[in-house]
Amino acid sequence: MMAPRLSNTRSPSKLSTWIIHGIFIVVCIACLYPFLVIIGTSFQNETDILLSGYSILPKQFDLTAYQVILHNPGVLLNAYVVTIFTTLVGTVAGLWITTSFAFTISRKDYAYRKQLSFFVFFTMLFQGGLVPSYILMVSWLDLKNNLLALILPFLITGWHVLLMRGFLQTLPDALFESAKIDGATEFTIFTRIVLPLSKPALATLGLFLVLQYWNDWWLTLLYIDHEDKMKLQYLLIRVLRNMEFLNSAEAIQYGLVKPGQQVPSLSARMAMCILAAGPMLVIFPFFQRYFVQGLTVGSVKG
Amino acid sequence: MRTFKKNFSLTLLALPGIALLFIFDYVPLYGLLLPFKDYKYDLGIWNSPWVGFDNFQFLFKGDVIQRVLRNTLLYNLTFIALGTMISVTFALMLREISKRFVKVYQTVLFIPYFISWVVAGFAFRALLDMEYGVLNKGLEMFGIGPVMWYNEPKYWPFILIIGAVWKGLGYGAVIYYAALMGVDSEYYEAARIDGAGKLRQAISISIPIIKPIIIMMVILQIGKIFYSDFGLFYNVTLNSSSLYSTTDVIDTFVYRSLVDMGDIGMAGAAGFFQSTVGFTLVILTNYIVRKINRENSLF
Repeated sequence: MMAPRLSNTRSPSKLSTWIIHGIFIVVCIACLYPFLVIIGTSFQNETDILLSGYSILPKQFDLTAYQVILHNPGVLLNAYVVTIFTTLVGTVAGLWITTSFAFTISRKDYAYRKQLSFFVFFTMLFQGGLVPSYILMVSWLDLKNNLLALILPFLITGWHVLLMRGFLQTLPDALFESAKIDGATEFTIFTRIVLPLSKPALATLGLFLVLQYWNDWWLTLLYIDHEDKMKLQYLLIRVLRNMEFLNSAEAIQYGLVKPGQQVPSLSARMAMCILAAGPMLVIFPFFQRYFVQGLTVGSVKG
Repeated sequence: MRTFKKNFSLTLLALPGIALLFIFDYVPLYGLLLPFKDYKYDLGIWNSPWVGFDNFQFLFKGDVIQRVLRNTLLYNLTFIALGTMISVTFALMLREISKRFVKVYQTVLFIPYFISWVVAGFAFRALLDMEYGVLNKGLEMFGIGPVMWYNEPKYWPFILIIGAVWKGLGYGAVIYYAALMGVDSEYYEAARIDGAGKLRQAISISIPIIKPIIIMMVILQIGKIFYSDFGLFYNVTLNSSSLYSTTDVIDTFVYRSLVDMGDIGMAGAAGFFQSTVGFTLVILTNYIVRKINRENSLF
């Protein structure tokens, strides 16, 4: 049997291609549907929800939920500020710390390369767990209710270091040697040569870090009690858990809603979710390329 | 000393990283002494009295530990088996369609991966909410229901498995798909000329080629078999205590023991078990893989 054209490997039976597309379309709907329900519900009229439940298409387009939340946006804004601040600082510092460490252990002429590589690899295999970390943060470092508690723990992780090292190892050694002959210090080599050459890798790692900091609620859950230092995602947990949270005394006390105001809590809850998670959901698909790049670099055995 | 001097500037560059790893990953290892102590805040770890294995006895005598161990293991085994199978299948399917569609599907499959478990909790609640959720409203039309999703433990093995697969599919499929893209297309052409169908090609070419990556991913997951994605079990279930019989895992148990009950001894004992057994498992799995085929081992 002769193939009509060798390079054309993709001429399978039509039926199987259709089945594959069918499966993907079903799964794609499963991925999108719940979010569409959240969006739809946030624009729904409260009485309509009470009658017919959450749905994608609002019976009548209603902005009350958003108006109520944005009328008194103090807490939401504050959570935004905390989230943006920790994300920015964490990402920039994390990039520097991870990359500089990875650069050092990627250098073949570095004497402690083996030891330091093991030093980071071991942290991936063996961890102390939640309780020792908690005691470290709370009683030894005294970081309870400190913004640093929302930043420090994620700055450097073994996985990120290996990812970065994998990339930096592809840079030719001759580059550093010639720079050294010209009298450049390691610091200059790192800032002037390595960082500019690593832009794609930095973009990938930066995205990992942004996502990690932005989506974090765990550190707030553990280390923050003060309302003014809570992150967005944590605020969302409260709204999610407690259906009537937006009508509770607590929400009034936080200044999330004004006393005496009846909040359309069903739609407002979804509106909160959109306001808190929406921006990322819109932005991230555009950066997906870097993300996929990073994932695939990381999966190569290093 | 000369080597130290010669390497000093590079060491200095790595110093912030070294310090952070030391503080946040190595110092806590000292806390592994905790379960052998009757910890008192004012005395610190070292000065608190030793209690030997009391905390472990207490932990393993309780009935909660059986439940959480069973749940953790069963969920993780299912996630590893099902997650790997589905991810590989989807990667193989992506290979069969044109690049244009791959991009679209990939983007959509990635959405659940980009969101936090909190937002995923909202997504699930939109469907499962007992009064207003889409599912119950749908069932109502058929005269069924309402199903008390958040009160009935029996549904949760399915819900949690769906949740984990749903959130991890984009990531898993992309990892395997990328590996498949590296395969020389000549293999497939040769197979086609020999009359091998698509299925045959997948089984005889694609799967053997991505086998090392599958093995690596599985070893990594086996090492974490006593750990769970806390967000899944905490946020998607709304931490509803009536569901604990099927949703409580070691991590949620440790968290509750530590934060809600303040039982550091018990939480520490469970954490100690998690760390040491997890570590042993990675070493062991890697050793076995290495015995069978050195190339496939992780280290």
